[in-house]
Amino acid sequence: MNFLSLFVLIPLLMLAGLWLAKGQKGVRAVMVAGSSMLLALSIALTVQFIADRTGGQTAEMLYTANFVWFEPLNIHYSVGVDGISVAMLLLSGVIVFTGTFVSWDMCKEYFLWFTLLSMGVFGFFISVDMFMMFMFYEIALIPMYLLIGVWGSGKKEYSAMKLTLMLMGASAFLMLGIFGIFYGAGGNTMNIIDIANHTGGAQAISLSQQCIWFPLTFVGFGVLGAMFPFHTWSPDGHASAPTAVSMLHAGVLMKLGGYGCFRIAIYLLPEAANELSWIFLILTGTGVVYGALSACVQTDLKYLNAYSSVSHCGMVLFAILMLTTTASTGAILQMLSHGLMTALFFAVIGMIYHRAHTRDIRELNGLMRIIPFLSVSFAIAGLANLGLPGLSGFVAEMTIFVGSFQNADTFHRVLTIMATTSIVVAAVYILRMIGKILYGENTNAEHAKLHDAHWEERLAVIVLIFCIAGIGLAPSWLSHLIEGSVTPVIENVKTVGHLISQSNPFQ
Amino acid sequence: MDYSQFLYMRDEISLIAVIVILFFADLFLCADRKEGQPSKILTVIPSLALFLQTIYVMVGISPDLQAEAFGGMYQTNGMMSVVKAILNIGTIIVFLMANGWMARSENTLKRGEFYLLTLCTLLGMYFMVSAGHFLMFFIGLELASIPMTALIAFTKNHQESAEAAAKYILTALFSSGLLLYGISLLYGTCGTLYFNDIAPLLSDCNWMQTTALVLFISGIGFKISLVPFHLWTADTYQGAPTTVTGYLSVISKGAAAFVLFVILAKVFAPLMEAWNTIMMWLIVLSITIANIFAVRQNNIKRFMAFSAISQAGYLVLGVMSCTAQGMTALVYYLFVYLVANLGVFLIINVTEQNSEKVLISDYNGFYETNPKLSFIMTLCLFSLAGIPPFAGFFSKFFIFMAAFKAGFPILVFIALVNTVISLYYYLLIVKAMYINKSKSPIATFQSDKCSLAGIALCALGVVLAGILSQVYEYINAFSYGL
Repeated sequence: MNFLSLFVLIPLLMLAGLWLAKGQKGVRAVMVAGSSMLLALSIALTVQFIADRTGGQTAEMLYTANFVWFEPLNIHYSVGVDGISVAMLLLSGVIVFTGTFVSWDMCKEYFLWFTLLSMGVFGFFISVDMFMMFMFYEIALIPMYLLIGVWGSGKKEYSAMKLTLMLMGASAFLMLGIFGIFYGAGGNTMNIIDIANHTGGAQAISLSQQCIWFPLTFVGFGVLGAMFPFHTWSPDGHASAPTAVSMLHAGVLMKLGGYGCFRIAIYLLPEAANELSWIFLILTGTGVVYGALSACVQTDLKYLNAYSSVSHCGMVLFAILMLTTTASTGAILQMLSHGLMTALFFAVIGMIYHRAHTRDIRELNGLMRIIPFLSVSFAIAGLANLGLPGLSGFVAEMTIFVGSFQNADTFHRVLTIMATTSIVVAAVYILRMIGKILYGENTNAEHAKLHDAHWEERLAVIVLIFCIAGIGLAPSWLSHLIEGSVTPVIENVKTVGHLISQSNPFQ
Repeated sequence: MDYSQFLYMRDEISLIAVIVILFFADLFLCADRKEGQPSKILTVIPSLALFLQTIYVMVGISPDLQAEAFGGMYQTNGMMSVVKAILNIGTIIVFLMANGWMARSENTLKRGEFYLLTLCTLLGMYFMVSAGHFLMFFIGLELASIPMTALIAFTKNHQESAEAAAKYILTALFSSGLLLYGISLLYGTCGTLYFNDIAPLLSDCNWMQTTALVLFISGIGFKISLVPFHLWTADTYQGAPTTVTGYLSVISKGAAAFVLFVILAKVFAPLMEAWNTIMMWLIVLSITIANIFAVRQNNIKRFMAFSAISQAGYLVLGVMSCTAQGMTALVYYLFVYLVANLGVFLIINVTEQNSEKVLISDYNGFYETNPKLSFIMTLCLFSLAGIPPFAGFFSKFFIFMAAFKAGFPILVFIALVNTVISLYYYLLIVKAMYINKSKSPIATFQSDKCSLAGIALCALGVVLAGILSQVYEYINAFSYGL
């Protein structure tokens, strides 16, 4: 048994433990033990991975293991990680760990679904087989319905159903795309690496086929990555979800979308990516600006952050489609950075909502004097969101825009310039919000009695701030880690002709 | 005459023996019936016999078993035995489900009949599956349908039950008529009814033969309840006793779907283009229309009827082009669907037995009062909707894969979009149980031991049948196609 499988095994054991656990204390003990183990495992994996890479191991995926699962259909249980998945696993480890502490008072059933969701997320990032990947993708989606529907707030039933149906609808596209790739490559292997390199019985997929399956897979994953115009589930879903679920959803689950677009759509269908990327570039570019502008007019803190997420996640897909190494590295960095800062944002919003029972920006004033710890964390989250140097957002966005501008043609440069405007708009909505709710005089007598964060909340917030500042201050190890794994994908695209599209009317 | 031919019919003969034993046991051994107590002997004999037979089949068959008896009238092979074993498993679960219902005082005098009739329909399906001649096939079909009517009318004092039986028998007769007409056209053009002899005599351009094909598909479409031959389904499912509905929704449907595959592959192979087109439209209609109707139901049995119609549409996706992969996917889908659907019906049944409630709105707050049952119900519904890691995900994935490989990507796409609609209505029940609040939820109750055993079996199947690839690989070892 390969040690990567522990990422699936530990959540499974946690499920069993939760099933048997008695009382709130037992549940907490299982959750804390399990999520700490996952976090420790992901840190150990990162350290080991960097050590092995510097030690000269150049294989595309490390720590691979492969077992035949459904032999007649060539479906394998096969796991392995590269720099991108290591980064994503680290992110998931951090978010699951902090999410546990944020949802400290929740009941057993809540944690059962929460753990199932984490299992899906971890399993997705270690998979190398398309079937496995798809299976874990769906495992991660369905607990959302109950988590939002039962423990959410506001119009939770509507949001939960909308979210589930839109994401499942997307997975219908995705499944068809996977069949297309599988049979297009000869139907001998579901292994992503094999299909990309035409080894293990896989053959090249013809361009005409690629152009059918690329939109299907890209949209399939893109919906989860909040791609405009399929992002509408995200604001409602985030606003209605309980705090930790918003964190996990925006922090990790939406990353499944970006990761899948990169790993399956771009990597396996490089010719179609060159040919058709312009359509999706226009869509995601629009999404980036649209999300930022929408955030400006929100009055609900969660909606504001959700639209800001649409903008930032749109940037991830935007950068991936630029098809340069730097931009794609930036995209992965952005996934990481957005995951952490949105999680922090949602966590703090949730804590404020829990105390003040309102998320309306118009009703909150002068919180800095009353709950200084939460207010400072809130300000840090906001500043990370608008890309302040020294925090993670800056590093990621800088890399993305530099990488995007490397494409010398007018079409890509104009789009890049348009997308950069979102940074300015972000400053508008973030600074205005921070000024409004943190400073000034508190006018609500009820709010004057609020108490500051508990120890478990402080722990979660501090861990997240530590990670955000860590990436912001010392990004180079991380971008090296990611860049090494992004390169083969981009090389794969470049060998078939870089950004030469017959169908693009703007080029 | 070579009497050793009878040895090929072990499955049928042992079932006939059980029926005879049960008949005498009912007559002589159960004379002193007490009210409110299930007659153990009547449950134990058939269940045990079916169980032993299933084990025997599982252990004994080999993939290269291929035999014919009585000049080709009767045929058998490995896959047919596997299907019979799956039907057996389903029937055992149905018997477990029936135990509590049979213990009620109004059924004191009728217990034996229930088991006898059920086994007779099972025998009919056995003959249907193994038929090598259209006459044999027709006899099997009728043997499966007529006792079924008696089962549907089992609670004859309930008006709904009698009405359901009347609807069932009328449509069944109508479909038999269509089928017979189709068979007679075949006989007219080919001069034979042996499966082996017809195929070479068929041709694409003979309109009588094409009509025969259409009539055959319509006739069997009634049994599988494909749209537009589904009109009896909702009323019959709603009116029949819940146990019988469960039986009807999986066993007879599954047997008919498998037979459809076998006959299309064996007899109508030259007309493949024609029946691929017909089947494609039937599948699209079944899945879509049933899904749309299911959304608006409030009676849970009626709801399950529409869900069953749409599941039947997915099931016959495996028939497209009759590939070996399609056959595996179909039988595997059948098994997984059987476990999950019977799981849901078991829970509907115990709930109905204990509280007399059958509306979806009655299930509001069910999780508060009966957390374990609603949890297992959720698992089964998720499996029906095709959510991993439950078995339904695997079976749906594989059947779509088979249809895709057979060359029907658009059909697969339509079916995939429909899974989203089906997810919506399955989630409505989950929502009722977990999210909706109710002033008077169904009170906490203790289910009887047999039902619990059945529920445990189904839950086990739903969780393990997918993840353990051995199930699929076992079935795959026997599959064959065009």
